[in-house]
Amino acid sequence: MAQENANVIDQPEVLTPRMVTIEISGKTYEVPEGITVIKALWYTGQEVVRGAGCLGGFCGACATYYRTKDDPKVKTCLACQTAVQDGMSFTMMPPFPARKATYDIQKLQDPKQDLFNLYPEAPLCRNCNACTEACPQKIDVREGVWKAVFGDFKGVSEMFMDCVMCGMCTPVCIADIAPNLVALYVSRAQGAHFTEKPKGLETRIHEIENGRFNEEWNHILKMNEKELVDHCATVK
Amino acid sequence: MDIHALQQIVHKTRDARRKQTLPKFSPADRDQLIKKYHPDSRESAYRPIRFGPNAGEKTVVELATLLEGDSLIGEDVDLTPHYTTDVLVIGGGGAGCAAALHAHGAGAKVILATKLRLGDSNSVMAQGGMQISVAPEDSPVTHFLDTLKGGHMKNDHQLLKVMVEEGPAIAKWLIGLGVLFDRQADGNLHVKKGGGSSKPRLLTCSDYTGLEIMRVLKDEVINQKIQLLEFCAAVELLSDEGGKCSGAIFKDLDNHRYVVVAAKTVILATGGIGRLHIQGFPTSNHYGATGDGLCLSYRMGAALAHVDTFQYHPSGAVYPEQLIGALVTEGIRSEGGHLVNAKGERFVNELDTRDVVSSSIIRECEEGRGIRTMSGRVGVWLDTPLLDAEHGPGTVEKHFPAMMLQFERFGIDISKDPVLIYPTLHYQNGGVKIDTNSETNVGNLFVAGEASGGLHGRNRLMGNSLLDLMVFGKRSGLIAASRAASMPQGRLTVKHLERFRANAKKHGSLSGVISPMILPAYTRKAG
Repeated sequence: MAQENANVIDQPEVLTPRMVTIEISGKTYEVPEGITVIKALWYTGQEVVRGAGCLGGFCGACATYYRTKDDPKVKTCLACQTAVQDGMSFTMMPPFPARKATYDIQKLQDPKQDLFNLYPEAPLCRNCNACTEACPQKIDVREGVWKAVFGDFKGVSEMFMDCVMCGMCTPVCIADIAPNLVALYVSRAQGAHFTEKPKGLETRIHEIENGRFNEEWNHILKMNEKELVDHCATVK
Repeated sequence: MDIHALQQIVHKTRDARRKQTLPKFSPADRDQLIKKYHPDSRESAYRPIRFGPNAGEKTVVELATLLEGDSLIGEDVDLTPHYTTDVLVIGGGGAGCAAALHAHGAGAKVILATKLRLGDSNSVMAQGGMQISVAPEDSPVTHFLDTLKGGHMKNDHQLLKVMVEEGPAIAKWLIGLGVLFDRQADGNLHVKKGGGSSKPRLLTCSDYTGLEIMRVLKDEVINQKIQLLEFCAAVELLSDEGGKCSGAIFKDLDNHRYVVVAAKTVILATGGIGRLHIQGFPTSNHYGATGDGLCLSYRMGAALAHVDTFQYHPSGAVYPEQLIGALVTEGIRSEGGHLVNAKGERFVNELDTRDVVSSSIIRECEEGRGIRTMSGRVGVWLDTPLLDAEHGPGTVEKHFPAMMLQFERFGIDISKDPVLIYPTLHYQNGGVKIDTNSETNVGNLFVAGEASGGLHGRNRLMGNSLLDLMVFGKRSGLIAASRAASMPQGRLTVKHLERFRANAKKHGSLSGVISPMILPAYTRKAG
């Protein structure tokens, strides 16, 4: 036992969970401290259909508004990535009716100019920073919108690689911009129009089309299992 | 003892471990290790399937029960279609989106139906990358051989050849759509080495590869104005008089009504089964990964392949409690992160195949060299700070921003503190048997992505799933579209259900559950 106890991580709240009081959409419940917001919903008997997706912080389905004890500020989080605490009050965000522009990415003639046709509200950013404060992924969203408008598409695409499209930047925007959708357009345009086509990839595609590996394929596909096992062992 | 005290052994032994090189196991040792410790080897977890195309073959109890489950649909159901289409795609992950886009591009009318939102899938969570042989020293043949070795030589050769050969064209397609893969200074694609691969072959988008690809594909599906049925869970397929697939019945999860879709061809891209929590394992899978496609196609008479083998990703989080089962990307190990037991020792070559690494972690824990948390979970350390020590400060933050953020939310800085991990149920190696057209033995029923089986053999190599999705998503889409163009709509019946129920009766009874499960039952019922 001594050996075993030496390697035990002390986390007593899990064995005998301390209960905390939380408020879900205005109703009070007792739940174990430290469980995630989404698990608190399940714990209180609520079925979750909308508002759950990957459960791993990547899909943005569980955008949630919350407040902590004695703090009037309403904050945002992903419900699958946030632990409940005593006195917390939360409600999930319904899908927000933001307008997504539609476009044929490959047929764009002037992607930087097209931004203003597709998202004419983008240059109207009033610098209030509410979007940045709302972002659970800690992206400097306001900076991203400015970079987009000033044509720094590369900068935007790098900044928004973390974006899970939860859309929490959108309802807070006083200029009615959907920054995540603007960034998605900009990132795609950057990838499709302003990034060099990789030469090695073209070479490989041509090699395959021209049958460069055919002889090797014929050789391998004729092998019996034993020969194939031996051949695989030679690959280092 | 708190976590920081226990972590000291990892910090103390780091320098000594850095000088070590651990050989890979010999094939014999490897087989023995897997036989003794891999969850697939626990016979008590398995039972034979009693009837249907795979009668007599073993699979895990959880899946067997669902395969022998009954449909929600009665034989007197009203089959007047609400929608009619050429190609019906079921599932909105990577394979579903790729299939829908290619079928639409080929001129077919496409409906994409999905249980949750468009894009909700395991694809979006893929962090490690996508294997495509683009490096000059690499080749599709080497990719083939590595995969075959990883899959214990059981992979379907034809499927595998198709996948590795079509990989580069897929990369080109994705780049054309605006996917931002990591690049080298010369503009070529940057490639990383994954476990079980002899050459660097992983294309990555930071550690957000799946998210980046899915953001783009989802956007493209919307831009192409492909008709979507979101929050519609497939509950039964439809069959014409000849037994060929002719559509599907969905349950609209918003209003609980049935939605009938008549389709000339159907592509199932419903993903895997992590949320069945087989053998009680936590899972890295998304909320909807309940194996729906397997049950639906099995009832139609489609044969399954390799459904007795599952992938347990070696590194699922064990601490903190909120992240149980969440993935700690294999990228950490491919960049040199060590696995360390409670005594501060390494015990496996971290870049061996996933089944070998998982088995050895389970061995360490079962033999008392694991670290147990107060919640009763056991794990081993993954030395993440080693990456900063090895490649310079800031490496972890730069290469693994997703991981950093995920742990930071719970006050853990993985660039300074090692993380506790244990295998997590990650992937269904097998699935519905398909041919190189992505078609099953049921006519006009195609399956793509994780729901399909054969390609990965008995163990999947890291990064091969994203490629599988795209290649067979594309093939199924193109072939289903061209097939649909040259044939009339089949009649809508549920005749196969009569057959299935009669067959069950002959072998005793149905299992007593309704399948598909649709969503896991996490809602607490009492108290």
